[in-house]
Amino acid sequence: MSVDLFGMSLNPWADAAIRLQLVVAFMTVVVMGLIYAERKILARFHQRVGPQKTGPRGLLQSVADAVKLVGKEDLRPAAADPWTFELAPYFVFIPIFLGFVIVPWVQGWNVRLLELGILYFVAISSISIVGWVMAGWGSDNRYAIIGALRAAAQGISYELPLVLALLSASMLAGSLQLDKIVEFQSVVPLIVWQPLGFFIFFVAALAELNRTPFDIPVGESEIVGGPFVEYSGIRWSMFFLAEYAGMLIMAFVGSSVFLGGYSWPFGEDFGLPFQMLLAAGKGGLFIFLIFWVRASVPRLRIDQLMGYSWKILLPFSFLQILINGFVLVYGLPHIILLITGVLSLGLLFWVTEGIVKRPLQPRRRRARAIAVQEAEVS
Amino acid sequence: MVEVLSQTSDQSAEFETQDLLLNVGPQHPSTHGVFRMVMTVDGEVVRDVIPYIGYLHRGAEKLCETMDFRQGIGFMDRTEYLAAFNAELSYVMAVEALADLEVPERAQWIRMILCELNRLSSHFMFLGAFGVDTGVFGTPFIYAWREREALIDLFEEVSGDRMMYAYFRPGGIAWDVPVNFVDRVREVLISATQGIDDFDSLLSENEIFLARTQGIGSISAERAIALGMSGPSLRASGVDMDIRRDEPYLKYDQVEWDVITGEHGDVFDRYYCRVMEMRESIKIINQCLEHLAPGPILPEKMPRMLRTPPGEVYLRTEAPRGEYGVYMVSRGGNRPYRCKVRSSCLSNLQALHELTVGEYMADAIVILGSIDIVLSEVDR
Repeated sequence: MSVDLFGMSLNPWADAAIRLQLVVAFMTVVVMGLIYAERKILARFHQRVGPQKTGPRGLLQSVADAVKLVGKEDLRPAAADPWTFELAPYFVFIPIFLGFVIVPWVQGWNVRLLELGILYFVAISSISIVGWVMAGWGSDNRYAIIGALRAAAQGISYELPLVLALLSASMLAGSLQLDKIVEFQSVVPLIVWQPLGFFIFFVAALAELNRTPFDIPVGESEIVGGPFVEYSGIRWSMFFLAEYAGMLIMAFVGSSVFLGGYSWPFGEDFGLPFQMLLAAGKGGLFIFLIFWVRASVPRLRIDQLMGYSWKILLPFSFLQILINGFVLVYGLPHIILLITGVLSLGLLFWVTEGIVKRPLQPRRRRARAIAVQEAEVS
Repeated sequence: MVEVLSQTSDQSAEFETQDLLLNVGPQHPSTHGVFRMVMTVDGEVVRDVIPYIGYLHRGAEKLCETMDFRQGIGFMDRTEYLAAFNAELSYVMAVEALADLEVPERAQWIRMILCELNRLSSHFMFLGAFGVDTGVFGTPFIYAWREREALIDLFEEVSGDRMMYAYFRPGGIAWDVPVNFVDRVREVLISATQGIDDFDSLLSENEIFLARTQGIGSISAERAIALGMSGPSLRASGVDMDIRRDEPYLKYDQVEWDVITGEHGDVFDRYYCRVMEMRESIKIINQCLEHLAPGPILPEKMPRMLRTPPGEVYLRTEAPRGEYGVYMVSRGGNRPYRCKVRSSCLSNLQALHELTVGEYMADAIVILGSIDIVLSEVDR
């Protein structure tokens, strides 16, 4: 058995290794570009200029940062657990890069198109939570351990809506294989039939990536970087790289599943360069949304975050699956999906707003805590 | 190394849990300076908080005793560096009361304009820092900084310094304002109004911001008074008290404006009181500009070296953070025998324990931000 790669006939293992190497090399460069893009875009939101001194228009800022980080001392606190501390970055970094295996960049450009692609993706990407907990525990720092436990709670909670949202999309497409889902959308992208699913996916993706407003595990203004507080130099940059690589893969999976990936909506095919443009444009749109959210909203609190996942997102993702099931089983027209999707999205916003705007009152928990204290004093 | 207190929490039926001692500060991004609080957290809930102050103590009050009345002004700037005009005002007014000096009209109006502008710049600083405390990445901070920058440029044109103005003098002001002062103030007020509107749309109406601030860290009016809070932090609890209106100094009795009070005394009310207060400040300044007429800026007979008769005085003004009072004793001569600053930040900080205990750890940061302390005023 052999596989063709650029016209060469290769052993499947060697072929996969070469493809993965190519993707990893490509990714590292793209991630550096992303970091630059985030700095520039956020600077525009802030009415600043952003990086401008390193190279033309500051284009080499990421390179300068990388050189600085590599040159820094790789510190380990004396009381830290050596193995957990030093291995943690790999546990965060490797699963995220393994996720790139299933992404169909454009037609025919991929590492492997697994039949259970989405399942593989959600399974492998959630392993990085272990790395977060290891980093927090190994650092022997209280901020780090609080951050690690928050990361674990958050990662597990938001995994469910994420999986269910992806599942509802793949129900319609009839496959878990990403390129089949993309082909299914060659006429109408799934976001039209699954607006609620897309919203849930986007929110859960923000939480999975620990981006604002769900950057609770790193909470810069409270726990000062969370699990990464003790890391420096190259190990810290691996966390950083993993964060942006995770964002990129989430953007590409999201755009493949909901926006149609490299396909043009009305079933026409304009060839490879156009496909690349489409894939980059849709992925870029997704990433831009993430940046935009980061520049404009405050951080949630841990109880609000958990409540939002379990009390709102999870029931609504079940609702989406239920609707999809009815439509598929009884062969109803797809327009029903659009109508119910928009209605339930409205319902979701309404419920959320109702929860936020509840009448103000000093919390019962606070009163109880004061009572506990007074009891201790007396 | 993770030390734990030996107390156990009350729901330890199956497994034992222990409270965690968490040291926040003195170097922490959200303690607004060198402030340290040691929190005892049970999971995410704060069970106890002990504030430690004094890292920034420079003995400004003691130093004032060795300086003559003119030199003391500079130390007052440094106690309250975000609202230095207001701090200077209390000091020079105390000296004026001791020396029985009459301040000319024009100097009073200029003082009033500058103090209200300083209130704006100080509150903008609060809005920016508070936005960062709630977790927005930089946006409110930079927005606030933009408006504050315009105000500080104006202060520089007037006094020659961006933060430590030393512009007020016992009896008046050091020198007259630039000729284009009125136009410049109008210009700055337009951009400041726009800036406040920006904050309303960025934060005040943001659902996540509301969820993070409403109902958090509330304090009743009785407790707020008992703890000696003042300024917007007190008014947020519904206490209708403003020294500018109750004991008018300068020309506050000649302008029309409202005292803003809150209702619930929670973090959001403390925030929103400040936002509304800024709009009132703009109203005050606009009226002051109409009253501003040419005239002398110092009394006719001003001695080269100011000496006061023996006596003592306590004089308080409404600074952006609350009551900023100066207690001054003179035994004759050209320097105070004793100068004591009543700091609004220190009194407001007393409420921290009561506000924070029982809230989530993340809220403790937001609550500390909502009290709006300036550490150099707390420690002096």
